[in-house]
Amino acid sequence: MTRYTLFTSIFNRLTGVALSVGLIALVYWLMAVAGGRQSYERAYAILSSGLLKVVYAGLLVAFCYHLVAGIRHLIWDTGRGLERTQSKRSAGVVIAVSVVLVVLLGYWAFLAGGHAQ
Amino acid sequence: MKSLRSPLGRVGGLGSAKSGVHHWWLQRLTSIALVPLTIWFTVSILSLPSLDHVTVMAWVAQSWTALLLIVLVLVATYHSQLGIQVVVEDYIHSGMKTLTLVIVTFVHALLAVAGVFAILKVAFGGAS
Repeated sequence: MTRYTLFTSIFNRLTGVALSVGLIALVYWLMAVAGGRQSYERAYAILSSGLLKVVYAGLLVAFCYHLVAGIRHLIWDTGRGLERTQSKRSAGVVIAVSVVLVVLLGYWAFLAGGHAQ
Repeated sequence: MKSLRSPLGRVGGLGSAKSGVHHWWLQRLTSIALVPLTIWFTVSILSLPSLDHVTVMAWVAQSWTALLLIVLVLVATYHSQLGIQVVVEDYIHSGMKTLTLVIVTFVHALLAVAGVFAILKVAFGGAS
């Protein structure tokens, strides 16, 4: 069974596309900062709306997964970890580590005094 | 002569563009750079005491912040361009493929230029 490979691969693509959309938000935010106080306050009102918090949570998941899965790809590029049993184990490690990262960063951003409360 | 296209013109461009390795290598280079850059950005943003205009301006205006932000925007848009390009090439096969790639490239170029412009404007004190 290689279903885990299918999942980790397609999820890496999906999260990558999601992060590309996040890049648009980042540049929009930077342009708002450069536009002066009024433009920033207008953008801030849009960016801090409740609905977008769901988007930020999604982007956080996408960032954590894409980061960890990307590191797995870089290790593969060195020729290591390509055996079936190894790749199955590393797929589990990728999911576990990204879940831990999501919980840590999510706690910081959404609960412990972060900006997404 | 049934067509104006010469036999050579018909077979041209059907083989390898010989740029696959270059694309693969740049995808790797940008991903290595993005590991520390994105971690730095996430931790920095979350560490800011608030996200009001004065605080964000003061942060972006610091030389090292501005420099790293410019590198982040450039490397991230390049990495995104390379990745989206592969997704388009894999899933869009109709005549829309080339048009989609043109739009994708233009949007990424715009994002890169806008991002760098905004950072420089704040860093050089043009936004208040």
